[in-house]
Amino acid sequence: MNIRPDPTFHASPRLAMEAPPESFAYTVLLSPDASQPDALAVIDVRPDSQTYSQVVHTVTMPNKGDEFHHFGWNACSSALSPLTGHAFLERRYLIIPGMRSSRIYIVDTKPDPTKAAIHKIIEPEEIFRKTGYSRPHTVHCGPEGIYISTLGGAGKDGTDGPPGVFIMDCETFEVLGRWELDRGPQTLHYDFWWNLPRDYMVTSEWALPPQFENGIVPEDLLSNKYGHRVHFWDLRARRNVQTIDLGANHQMALEVRPAHDPVREHGFLGVVVDTTNLEGSIWTWWREGGKFHIEKTATIPPEPAAKEQLPPLLQGFGAVPPLVSDIDLSMDDKFLYVACWGTGEMRQYDVREPRKPKLAGSVHIGGIARRTPHPNGKAFGGGPQMVEISRDGKRVYWTNSLYSTWDDQFYTDGVPGAMVMANANPDGGLELARDYWVNFPDGYRAHQIRLDGGDCSTDSFCYPSV
Amino acid sequence: MAVIASGLYHGVNPGMGWPLAVSAGLMERSSRALVSALWPLATGHLLAMLLVLLPFALLIAIIEWQHTIQVSASLLVIVFGLYRMANRRHPRVLARISPAQLGLWSFAVALAHGAALMLVPIYLGLCRETELDRGHAAAGTLINANLGMAVLVAIIHAAAMISAGGCCAWLAYRYLGLKFISQSWFNLETTWAVSLILVGAIALVLSLI
Repeated sequence: MNIRPDPTFHASPRLAMEAPPESFAYTVLLSPDASQPDALAVIDVRPDSQTYSQVVHTVTMPNKGDEFHHFGWNACSSALSPLTGHAFLERRYLIIPGMRSSRIYIVDTKPDPTKAAIHKIIEPEEIFRKTGYSRPHTVHCGPEGIYISTLGGAGKDGTDGPPGVFIMDCETFEVLGRWELDRGPQTLHYDFWWNLPRDYMVTSEWALPPQFENGIVPEDLLSNKYGHRVHFWDLRARRNVQTIDLGANHQMALEVRPAHDPVREHGFLGVVVDTTNLEGSIWTWWREGGKFHIEKTATIPPEPAAKEQLPPLLQGFGAVPPLVSDIDLSMDDKFLYVACWGTGEMRQYDVREPRKPKLAGSVHIGGIARRTPHPNGKAFGGGPQMVEISRDGKRVYWTNSLYSTWDDQFYTDGVPGAMVMANANPDGGLELARDYWVNFPDGYRAHQIRLDGGDCSTDSFCYPSV
Repeated sequence: MAVIASGLYHGVNPGMGWPLAVSAGLMERSSRALVSALWPLATGHLLAMLLVLLPFALLIAIIEWQHTIQVSASLLVIVFGLYRMANRRHPRVLARISPAQLGLWSFAVALAHGAALMLVPIYLGLCRETELDRGHAAAGTLINANLGMAVLVAIIHAAAMISAGGCCAWLAYRYLGLKFISQSWFNLETTWAVSLILVGAIALVLSLI
């Protein structure tokens, strides 16, 4: 506990943007064949440093086969709400779930990121016993502590009961139990986020573990059996208040990105693929008159490709779907970044008019058919995937792996871990930085990125920007 | 004096809610919203004070036990202070209160943090002074007088609390900006616990002499 609030907690998104830029990035590494333990890489992102864009420290886990995916901070700017009494927490611990093992690691990043070390390990049995959930995924810090979404219910294959969100104590990291009191029609889960002063949560749907753990199931996808609904909840009452179906052809509604400024009651959702035409899509949701609404506001077309350029899974289609796997909204809510993992493109949309996204910038790198190399000449396996934006909105970082078994189906040559950075023009436009290229240890793939001092998919705010 | 001072002390503490009024003002972009958020905060605080003070107002009318009550009230405050010192955890139930229920939140937080309890020894001290003069008055009159005093103490305290909190909120909203929220926030957990122990101890000493 500090005497003053952590200097990385900011009352409003604008204050977060004005804070000093990031010095270190944290990227989780996974061993796709579980031959090595998964790890956390600490990367130096200070442009004037001798070790710029290099891994300066690695925290290797004691187990194998955890499958790291998403992770998050123990505390963020949401702690500045006097309602919750968490103002004196430190942004210090990274909560890293193993998506396959259901184990959770708590990594201490202080006193120095280059000496980060494991602080606590929560074994899967504790999570199963206390929550009846499995396969922990998204991590956010909020009013009742640390919230963690899961993809599986109970039982060996996670299909015994629906998945949901559970709560962890933000000081002791003790698993407290399920969050939901009334889940309504929700039976699938993926991502979640919220608007704290407006007191609502939004959750999305991917699939149940048998539909993803051993690879994508084409029959299930073509019969529209992946998630396609979005749920809106009363955050403090823990109650589902509205469920909207996007239409069964809109398969896999993944990342939820609400506007950071709590005065804005809208947000975005990315949908991986439309099974009628292979398009990827961006949806905008908003609250009006006490009800939530959502509409498709941008689509990204598939790109035709010759059969020999395609993996067996796609050969029948003769085209590469964009596969919108991740989206991220800049801190000022002006630009939405959209990762097209299939076509190998990072798109930047101007979303100042939230229901009329305008394509403002684009960078090609990797891709199933295009295989665009980095401007520095190096080959980039996979495509742009997990994306993270610096608080000031000037730098956009991303990695290239989607999920161990899915990588192998779409990119049969493998997806060696890579992390790149693009400079974003404040008025729109995106360009890859030639001097930023992270070499990860052999055999590892790279997934989500977190920035020290907070980033655009971590911090939520209780006061508007003025 | 002590009643007003404790009110000001509670008011400037961000943990008692003034940043919520700033947030309300900014969310609605109107200073009227800020002011109207102060009302539920003040009312919640006032009700918490009354809830704790009124039972003591009735008890203290039993003249023979007056001394015992004063001593035990002081001890109670000291024990609660020690408890706050040892257990820094925040009651999780507070996090379940919706941001729309500011009055309920203010009421619960004043009880949970012992803000209301802090006022008890001060109040009992005031009762003692008045009762010395009317040692032989009828019990009914005494109860009325004590109740009146409890209400007065609670109102003065809550008024001082919300004036101080309102000033902080207004300064942050109008002049100092949102940075003031994190800059003005100190971890008062220890100070708060010590304050409780101190108030209890002073009251204990006074009731023993």
